Amino acid sequence: MQTTDQTLDEILALAAAHFKVPREKLSPDDDFFKTLGINSLQTLDLLTKLENHFGVELPDYELQGVTDFRTLAGKIRARL
Amino acid sequence: MSTVEVLGRTGEAMSYRLNDGVIELALHRGPCNEIGSLSLDELEAFASALETLQQPAHALIIYSDLKSGFCAGADLRELYRRSQTMDKAEALKGVRHFLERIHRVLNLIDAAPLITIAAVSGVTFGGGFELALACDLIIADKMARFCFPELRLGLIPGFGGIPRLKRDCGNAVVRDLLLTGRSFNASKAQQIGLVSQVVAEGEALRVARATAAQIGKFDRQTAIAAKRFIKPIPHEELRQEIDFFCELFSRPEVEAALKTFVESTNAQPYLP
Repeated sequence: MQTTDQTLDEILALAAAHFKVPREKLSPDDDFFKTLGINSLQTLDLLTKLENHFGVELPDYELQGVTDFRTLAGKIRARL
Repeated sequence: MSTVEVLGRTGEAMSYRLNDGVIELALHRGPCNEIGSLSLDELEAFASALETLQQPAHALIIYSDLKSGFCAGADLRELYRRSQTMDKAEALKGVRHFLERIHRVLNLIDAAPLITIAAVSGVTFGGGFELALACDLIIADKMARFCFPELRLGLIPGFGGIPRLKRDCGNAVVRDLLLTGRSFNASKAQQIGLVSQVVAEGEALRVARATAAQIGKFDRQTAIAAKRFIKPIPHEELRQEIDFFCELFSRPEVEAALKTFVESTNAQPYLP
């Protein structure tokens, strides 16, 4: 099973690619709404990408209050 | 209506055309095809034209021209603004009238004597989900997401979603979506039998056209008869849904929830 850091790396890479921002601009503890400049509908797009990539189903109510990539990685790992 | 309008029409919220036996209805009202009075007017015009369009057609494809998604549902901002300009009884009467009109359109699409395909991508929420459910087949790309968010506003789906989803996928699926307000992706939708094909991002319309072409090879009368046999319209439950929706809408909690949604600067208003 992959490590937390690997999961985090993959999430950051996916987010960077999907929202077309340089990977180096993203850090695990960033508020992704602010850093990526996205709204909640775009967050759902990111969620879909992550579910497809990791092969998990993550109910979106688990994202309530989640604003950083590290916490998001924890939620995904709980479903692996 | 002129011959040109019958074969195709470009509206503000949507456009349709008939080409090679396939009617295509393209939704294009930003930000995400929210269904308010303009969209309903144009849907009614389309439904009216459908009677003539469907004569030489074997399929109807409904899709969105917007990158933002298929349809985010009812135009809640318009609903809230209008309800604030009238007394409660008038507002409720207006809501019932709106629901009855949208039900007429969706019932017509649901029962249309041709095969209907919703080609969806991105947000397919609430009334948008209900529009897709009125179709015989749903083809979704990998970025499609489905949801009944109405419970978050103290409401239930009002455009016929509950009876149709129950008809197609069963009561347990309805309970899961309705009671949690969660969204789920195309892969899950296919697992539960809601979506017939999941395709690469951006490919839903192309695949819908290929599917329509395949359908066009078979005897049309047989297809229509088979559809009538296997896809009953749940008329009684659809009527009950309107009554139940109106009952819930009259509560102060709904006005408060709508106000919160409309005035929100929260980055997460679409998350349950």
